[in-house]
Formats: sequence, C-alpha cells, structure tokens
Amino acid sequence: MSMALALPTDARPADAMAPVPYRVVGRARETADTVTLTLEPVAQPIAPPLPGQFNMLYAFGVGEVPISISGIDAGHRLRHTVRGVGAVSQQLCAVEAGALIGVRGPFGTDWGLDTAMGSDVLVVAGGIGLAPLRPVVHELLHNRRRFRRVTVLVGARAPEEIVFRGEVASWQASARITVRTTVDYATAAWKGEVGVVPTLIERVTIDPEVTTVMICGPEVMLRFTAAEVLGRGIAAERVRVSMERNMQCGIGRCGHCQLGPVMVCTNGPVFPWSRVGPLLARREL
Amino acid sequence: MKTIADLLAEHKFFGELDPQSLEFVAGCGKNVHFAPEERILTEGESANTFYVLRSGSVALSFFVPGRGATVIDTLGDGDVLGWSWLFPPYRWQFDAEARDDVAAVAFDGACLRTKCDSDARLGYALTQRFARVILGRLQSVRMRMIDVYGVGTPH
Repeated sequence: MSMALALPTDARPADAMAPVPYRVVGRARETADTVTLTLEPVAQPIAPPLPGQFNMLYAFGVGEVPISISGIDAGHRLRHTVRGVGAVSQQLCAVEAGALIGVRGPFGTDWGLDTAMGSDVLVVAGGIGLAPLRPVVHELLHNRRRFRRVTVLVGARAPEEIVFRGEVASWQASARITVRTTVDYATAAWKGEVGVVPTLIERVTIDPEVTTVMICGPEVMLRFTAAEVLGRGIAAERVRVSMERNMQCGIGRCGHCQLGPVMVCTNGPVFPWSRVGPLLARREL
Repeated sequence: MKTIADLLAEHKFFGELDPQSLEFVAGCGKNVHFAPEERILTEGESANTFYVLRSGSVALSFFVPGRGATVIDTLGDGDVLGWSWLFPPYRWQFDAEARDDVAAVAFDGACLRTKCDSDARLGYALTQRFARVILGRLQSVRMRMIDVYGVGTPH
C-alpha cells in the first residue's frame, strides 16, 4: 500500500524559507556583548519591514536566529542589533564589514504605530529591548506633530550597558520628547536615575484614557512593567509588548515559539497585553 | 503664599490625609532647599529628619571601599527621603546628595514621633504610608536581584 505525502496547502512561498544574501556594510559596537550590523542586499532585497517585525539572520555554517529590526533606512538598508549570548549570535557579533549573512523575513506583527496617532505614547525599553523600539522612536520624532505627549523610558543594568547611548542622549537633548534613563547601579558620575525601569512608571505623567504603551525587554521586565502601567489605569488593550521566544521557522509551522494558542512568530512578536498577559501567568506554557 | 499644610496636601505621600491631621503634622515641618551636590544625609550620623521632596532629584549612595560612592537609588518630586528616624538607633544607613536644586519639607523626626504616639489614628495613617513606600523600595530591590534585563532565549 502506498501513502501519499500530504503537503500543507497553505504553505508560504518557498522563498519564505530561503535566506537572501546581505552584505555587512557597517558594524558598531554598542556594549561589551552587543553590536549593531548594517546590512545591504547583494541583489534582490527582502520586503520592506515595519517597526516591530523581525528577520531570521543566518550565520552561514553556524545557524539562524530571530533578530528584531533596530533600524530601517532608505534604500533597503537594514540594521540589526545583536547580543552575543549563544553560538549563532556570537558568530553574528563577530562578523566583519564585507562579510555575507543570510536574511529571511520580515516576519511577524508590528507595533501598529499608525493606530496610536493622536494619542500619547509611552515607550518602555529594558536592556537590548530598545532595539525593536528604536524605529518606533525614529517614527515618533519624524512625525512628532501627529502624536501628543511622547515619553521614552530606558533601563539597563549599568550605564555602559545602555544600547544606542549616544542616540538616546541626543533624544534627551532634543527636548522634543521626554526621555528618562535608569540603571541598577552607578557611580556618582551617572546623571540618570537609579532603579529598575518599571519604577519610573509612577514618576511620569500619564493620561490613561489616551495613552498607548509599547514595552520591550526580557519577559520578567514585561510583567513588572505591564503591572505598573495597568496600575496607572491604562487598559490592557492599549498596552503592547514584544515577546521573545524560540522562533525558528518564522512562518508558524515548526511550533518552537508556541505559547498556548498563539505562535509568537506569526501572531506576534508584538501582542496586546490583553491577549498575552494571561498566557504569561501560566507556568505550564 | 502656601502654608506647609498646603504643600503637604499636594504631595502624594500625604494624599487623602484629613485636613486636621495635615495641620497637626505640618507643625513639625519647615521648608528647605538644597543646592546641587549638597549633602543631605551622611551615613552613620544621627537620623532625626524626614524629607518630603517637592522638586529636584536626590541620589542615595553607599560608600564602597575601593569603588567609591555607589548610587543605589534616586528619588525625585513626590518621593520621601529617610526613615531611619523611625526606629532606634536613629542613624542614617546611606548618604544622600542633591543632584540639582532640591525643594523639600523637612520634618523633625522626634516631633513627628511624639505626635504619632499621642494620636494613634495619625500614627497608623503615617505608618501605612511608610509601609507602602518601603514595600515599593523592597520590590525594586527584588527586581534588581532577579536581573530583569537578563538574557531571555540564548541563540
């Protein structure tokens, strides 16, 4: 008896799984273990990404990792900020200008910044979580008049661990938006605040009825920060978080990033807290 | 010109305290200002003052031999500074320094303790407020202990 192999009928085009070659044209060290790569397509670029989406970056011969997009330049240039914590990400951190890497994407949901127009926007970033929020801040600054009060809160372990330090300082200096930085510990030379970033929530002006919140950082930081903003009266539907999970295929097929009923790679990585918050409270997921 | 009681009524620490109690505690307070880099508290010295910060920023630090002053917390308007005056041995545990122009209401700790002892209802109301502040600081320290910015999924 022969058995026909059933192929999924809703499969994405084959190119969703085929890495597109990009050349590293820039490499900037952000912190001791984090670099920002600037990539240019060798030939055909991937589709234009939206703030909040991610790409799968392929270090040839080593493996692939999901990395959020930290900068979207004109002319198909991409920026990815990579923290070297595993074999693939350490390899990506080590690549030099001129090297080739593979890119698949863009995948997932975006921050939905257009739906926040006319409202206050509160951006909260912890550690490298500022990377996927950086294009959001760029958009907020570029279209400043389309938003009301804009507040950006940035937290890190130490001053030298704040990514995009120079740029964050320029956002502060511009005074077009409110920017507050905080670290866990510092010397007296540090002029920002000291304490974890969720504790800044009670110190900023919030109009809960018209504030859209965008949070990115490690999961535990998301939980604490979401609790603080909900405590200020902001509805869970207005709180968006970017989730990090073990994305591998990027198209919702392999199941590695499954979180209960959702696939983080396709239903996320950006979710309303009303949808993902209850799932994070369940230890079995 | 605003009285001390008026200023306290605007501060979140004293929020919802009845006017009579506000007037009562205001008798222990006075307006103070600190210039940038001016020392407010010094570790080991007698703790007999409690500050309600109205504006500006204060750094709490701890001197670590070989490392110098390590800032462990920063406080701003709406915060309160110092609770070592509440319990024996009434000695400051940390240093505190103004980072910019700071305006505050300074309370005489012994005066406040006496009034709390004589008015149990007021004492309870203030103790509740201090407990809330201490809980917030404790939670903040716990979050640092678990390293909220730590690595999520290593690839």
